[in-house]
Amino acid sequence: MENVSNISKLFYTWIILFIVWLAFTSTLAIEEVITGLIVSLIVALLSFRFFTGTGLGIFAPKKIFYLTQYFFVFIGALIKANFHVAKIVLSPSLPINPGIVEFETKLKSDFAKMVLANSITLTPGTFTVDIVENRFYIHWLEVEATDEESVYKEIAEGFEKILLKIYE
Amino acid sequence: METVLLYLGYFFVSLGAAFLFLGAFGIFRMPDFYTRLQAGTKSSTLGAMSLILGVGLMQPEWFFKTLIIIIFIAISNPISSHALARGAYKTHQKPLTDTIDAYEEVAEENDNKKEE
Repeated sequence: MENVSNISKLFYTWIILFIVWLAFTSTLAIEEVITGLIVSLIVALLSFRFFTGTGLGIFAPKKIFYLTQYFFVFIGALIKANFHVAKIVLSPSLPINPGIVEFETKLKSDFAKMVLANSITLTPGTFTVDIVENRFYIHWLEVEATDEESVYKEIAEGFEKILLKIYE
Repeated sequence: METVLLYLGYFFVSLGAAFLFLGAFGIFRMPDFYTRLQAGTKSSTLGAMSLILGVGLMQPEWFFKTLIIIIFIAISNPISSHALARGAYKTHQKPLTDTIDAYEEVAEENDNKKEE
């Protein structure tokens, strides 16, 4: 995962940008497709170094499977989060008990940490305040536990298990 | 088929509007900055996503464009709230809490470093 070749990164960037182009133009007319291939290649050449850390390796069937699983876990958590907030906001007593907790992650790559932080932000009652090295600082609307072990179990375990399989 | 898509679109737009309303209501009711951010982030993300998805279903030729917009919202919204929270803490906005504030030490350490 550390030594991904430039070629693989370039092709990955090219493919993603080309898919974005297709989505934006919403047509398969031959001149649009050719223009898209050229334009996305130019942009990919300029930006592939910063665009991705994983390269084409991410398209392996096993990883695609886990990405799909992650997507559904994430959408489920997002919807649950919204009903959770709605419930709190609409109840007259405003049942909150806020605090900032911390835990340590096993993830190593920066990109995976960012994905984890963003996912935590969008799940019920929690959002990421800061990441220092591999420690996450999480603002929690209803603090149920303060020791790291149970905080980790409660907030991050579900996401991290899948992310470890994708990015490590 | 088109009518089904149209009504599905209406459904998602109404759902989005409802979530955005709840988010605004949450910002109004919550006691301090961080809890307001909690209410704001979550409902504005899902609210905007479902509203835009509804528009995409009503106008099928826009569908893929709206999907791209939804992905951008899903990526950028949490980052902006994260930046707001961190910025607020760095300017000494203390969170309201009865239990624990694990970030306090780190913020103090950073302050000391800056003074040196």
